[in-house]
Amino acid sequence: MDIYAILFWMLSAMAVCSALGVILSRNPVNSVLCLILTFFSISGHYILMNAQFLAIVNVIVYAGAIMVLFLFVIMLMNLNADVEPQKGQLVQLAGVISGGILFLVVLAGIKAAKVESMETKSTDIGLIANLGKVLFQKYVLPFEISSVLFLSAMIGAVVIGTKDKTPAVTTEVKN
Amino acid sequence: MPINSTYYLFLSLLLFSIGIMGTLTRRNAVIIFMCIELMLNSVNLLLVAFSKMYGDADAQLFVFFIMVVAAAEVAVGLAIIVMMYRKVHSIDINILNRLKN
Repeated sequence: MDIYAILFWMLSAMAVCSALGVILSRNPVNSVLCLILTFFSISGHYILMNAQFLAIVNVIVYAGAIMVLFLFVIMLMNLNADVEPQKGQLVQLAGVISGGILFLVVLAGIKAAKVESMETKSTDIGLIANLGKVLFQKYVLPFEISSVLFLSAMIGAVVIGTKDKTPAVTTEVKN
Repeated sequence: MPINSTYYLFLSLLLFSIGIMGTLTRRNAVIIFMCIELMLNSVNLLLVAFSKMYGDADAQLFVFFIMVVAAAEVAVGLAIIVMMYRKVHSIDINILNRLKN
């Protein structure tokens, strides 16, 4: 068992355990921290697969920006309480069973499929120089379109997030 | 590198299933959103594994675009959740079944 295999199994166990922590923990702040741990272990997998650029982007964008945004929202709404209304036992059981059935079906499909083994020679396709060349030659148009997408998302977030001037009719929440 | 890419398929499938279970069983809107992010990340892992398998850089750029779209999606989605909290003072998705009528 060489160092790659040991690292692979360690990172996989970390990813799966912290992913389970996301859905099992009662406190939303703990869920966010578990998800950050999952993203870090996925970044470790990227480094193992020689995709250094994506590993760094994953850490910066996901663990650095997106999860901090989640954490801000949770702190802003003061949701770090352990009490949370739970779904009924039957609905939870149905959710777990349907997720498990999906897992089993795709697992059977994967076992039947023929997967080539990974190329053993070390490639440098994951480096910034190589990815930048492909990005700005073959995928220029999607890149530009994604900048328009970002602009519209930014405007949309601001428009949705602003308080409306006219006081809205407060609707009574019926539970 | 002796790690077969089938292992990566299993791992990302497991993460995806965990994300689906979380989406189906929780009622907190923020946690459901986080489970969707988990599913996106499992697909990213699968794409990178395939990129390594075929020695092709296109899949890694797809991962890059998925990250771009996810960032935009999170900005809008969290704005919607904050707006919902401002209106009904809760982020329980069961309250939203008022939209049914």
